[in-house]
Amino acid sequence: MWSSWKLLEDKSEPMASQQFCTFTLQDDCFGVRVPQVQEVIRYQPITPVPLAPVAVRGMINLRGQIVLAIDLRRRLLLGNRADGELPMNVIVRTRNGAVSLLVDEIGEVIEVEESSFEAPPETLRGPVRSMIFGVYKLERKLLHVLDIEKVCQVSEDAEIDSALRPDWQAANSAEALADLPMEI
Amino acid sequence: MDEIVKDFLIESNENLDRLDQELVKLESDPSSAELLASVFRTIHTIKGSCGFLGFGRLEKLTHAGESLLARLRDGEIRLNADVASGLLAMVDSVRRMLGSIQVSGLDGEENYDSLIELLSQLSRPGHEKAEAVAPPSEPQLAGPPSQAAPALALTETGVSEESRAATPSHESHAIDAPETVRVGVTLLDRLMILVGELALARNQLLQFSNRTQDAGLQAVSQRVNLIASELQEEVMKTRMQPIANLWNKFPRTVRDLALNCGKDVRLEMEGQDTELDRTIIEAIKDPLTHLVRNAMDHGIEDAETRQRADKNATGVLRLRAFHEGGQVNIEISDDGAGLNSERIRQRAVARGLLPAQAPVISERDIFNLIFLPGFSTAEKVTKVSGRGVGMDVVKTNVEKIGGTVDIQSTPGRGTTVRVKIPLTLAIIPALIVTCGGERFAIPQVSLLELVRLDDAENRTESRRKGIELVHGAPVYRLRGRLLPLMYLDRELGIRSAADRESNAPATINIVVLQAENHQFGLIVDEITDTEEIVVKPLGKQLQAIGAYSGATIMGDGRVALILDVSGLAQKAKLIWKAHEPAHHDAQIKTQAGSLQQEHGMLLVENGLEGRLAIPLSMVARLEEFPKTVIERTGNLEVMQYRGQIIPLVRLSGIIPCSSDAEALAHTQSIQVVIYAEGKRSVGLIVDRIVDIVEERAPIEPLISGAGIAGSFVIQHQVTELLDIPTIMRAAVPGLMNVVELEATGG
Repeated sequence: MWSSWKLLEDKSEPMASQQFCTFTLQDDCFGVRVPQVQEVIRYQPITPVPLAPVAVRGMINLRGQIVLAIDLRRRLLLGNRADGELPMNVIVRTRNGAVSLLVDEIGEVIEVEESSFEAPPETLRGPVRSMIFGVYKLERKLLHVLDIEKVCQVSEDAEIDSALRPDWQAANSAEALADLPMEI
Repeated sequence: MDEIVKDFLIESNENLDRLDQELVKLESDPSSAELLASVFRTIHTIKGSCGFLGFGRLEKLTHAGESLLARLRDGEIRLNADVASGLLAMVDSVRRMLGSIQVSGLDGEENYDSLIELLSQLSRPGHEKAEAVAPPSEPQLAGPPSQAAPALALTETGVSEESRAATPSHESHAIDAPETVRVGVTLLDRLMILVGELALARNQLLQFSNRTQDAGLQAVSQRVNLIASELQEEVMKTRMQPIANLWNKFPRTVRDLALNCGKDVRLEMEGQDTELDRTIIEAIKDPLTHLVRNAMDHGIEDAETRQRADKNATGVLRLRAFHEGGQVNIEISDDGAGLNSERIRQRAVARGLLPAQAPVISERDIFNLIFLPGFSTAEKVTKVSGRGVGMDVVKTNVEKIGGTVDIQSTPGRGTTVRVKIPLTLAIIPALIVTCGGERFAIPQVSLLELVRLDDAENRTESRRKGIELVHGAPVYRLRGRLLPLMYLDRELGIRSAADRESNAPATINIVVLQAENHQFGLIVDEITDTEEIVVKPLGKQLQAIGAYSGATIMGDGRVALILDVSGLAQKAKLIWKAHEPAHHDAQIKTQAGSLQQEHGMLLVENGLEGRLAIPLSMVARLEEFPKTVIERTGNLEVMQYRGQIIPLVRLSGIIPCSSDAEALAHTQSIQVVIYAEGKRSVGLIVDRIVDIVEERAPIEPLISGAGIAGSFVIQHQVTELLDIPTIMRAAVPGLMNVVELEATGG
């Protein structure tokens, strides 16, 4: 029920061209290097964790393993998903174990040329900058490369939290309810 | 056969198997210091043990091997095929001797002199040049020919096989079928996790099968259920260890301590077979050791004192372990002098841990004071104990694993400390509650009782049965005592205040919990069920929240959070922080002191806060004035009173309370309580003066805040005792200014 497709750990990754697992967030294209991705699964019921950092949507049950679900939209300070739109889970391997990144849509696995890489522009500031290694210039779009370790260090970003907290709290109750197919 | 010899055999045989491999590996990599050290250690261990067990011949042989290895280790000789063969031959001989011990209990009649000679020859530097030893093929063993077989000339591959073939048949029977297997702890932990998952899958299966009519499926799921439960139990057992593993060191500890303190003590142990999860054994090691030391040092008196008290000169320290109600109880009792409750009380007062004129508290509560940080009753600090660190650590450590500590004592007869701990930490019984549509698990160990208030009780006018407020903090009268309450939704920020107001439930469910000696009630939406849950750790990112101790997966596959009861209580500030009591209780002390002298209380009402009490000794006069007397100087409200300018204080400005401003606006007069300190006076404006009572009531220091010293029940109402000096000082920054005002104004 969980895998639309599953990726195996790729040990020999040539540096000249790399494979990225891509996904979209609010029309932007993001990518995580394939070896860092454990698997991609469709929407799972999420148990919210009250008092947790804002970006933490809650926890999911991944075949008996409890995995933290981080909403990348919140984490990257993008707007909330429209009501009824269910996120997908990209399960990544981090130093602190598996973490699920909630994204809008899953894209393809694409191979990119190292030469098309550029560091983030000077104009990109704020906490998000530290979470993006840079971009690959694809033919029609830019592929944002995420630093998943930074992305998953949610507890240390009080800055983002305070930036998001007020309007989130209002949105939260409605959204949390929308998330949960209530089982009574 | 002796247990100890059996252990020796099992361990040595395991070691020998490893030794074979290591020696072979060593030969291909002679420079590996690590391998060499390991081989050396193994032989050394066997040598040591057999010396201890009296197997002299075995010891002699291993000693020769050890010397050879020592030379190798020190780099005096190099490892070559000859040396390796010699060592392997030694391993085989050792194995044969162990076989003999297994059968007869003796290390055999064989003569290994020539092997020993060979080993010592090999250990001489330069033997490799001296070809004389080279084919070390005639060991001239005096034993039966079959046992002489491990010829040293064999190649290393041949050695083990052929020597095994040559070993007496009884040996292979006895040793190749060991009754125990050593298993790594990580594997056991992994098994435990898998069994936990199986238990979850089982729960899901049961839920599913209950919904179908398929008899076949139901039968199978029942069967799976039984097997899974049994499996869970058995796997849990693999992690169990008898508490004897921990207690075994106590006879020595007690003996040494007895000598040290010049006492005569007999240690009795009961229930050594009581089994506990190994992680728990590890966790209680230090607390138990501390309790034993404590009993030895403070509990049991010296022989002379005991005889004077008509007691047996030999003191008895008894350790007892037993199962009760799914928990393990461990009792440490001594027949010593017992705790002196009066001395503890005095000490507590001297340390500022208890008000001097504290309301009557039970003896048991007094005994439990010794678990407070910084408390020690020992008259003198000894090397063993008495520094006042320890009992609080004992308590903290035991509570960390979900246990409790209780102390009972009879003066002159002795003291018993009872430690209750859960059997295991991996699977625990828990109460499942819901709040804001989510389920939460509360570990059963923290649970005291459940209280349900239904609509009628909740809305009664008198509010006597429902939830009352002490200075805005909700409390419930549980059998005459005030139980502080907290709302789970509020604590976790699940619902907005407005949401709560509009959806106020008809019934209120209070889960009465115990955390670190404090009881409190947790208000939840619904109480669902109790369930055995598998505790899963929270990710690093969430541990900092402090409200959850873990997570679990419910029967329907969804994740539920496990509430950290003491963490929640601390979050809600229901538990005094360790450094607070002294300061906090000092306030009660002064207040309670005057209370005892006067008993008189002025009852006033302020805003929506309900009743407040002011000790009469603090009140100089009660006055009523028209509102117009209030004047301002700077940002201070003042009035002229008896030829002085006195500052006015509004309670709402000091203590956070919701003053009924609207009602106040309509009144034309103000009620003022005049408080005098020396020649200075201050007026306290209250909404209404209610009554003066002469009543002595026990103060509950459980709820306090700025300006509140405690609360109690007067005239059937929860009433807060105001801390007047603090309020006045807070309201009038620097009463010295007041003196100046008086001087100019007067």
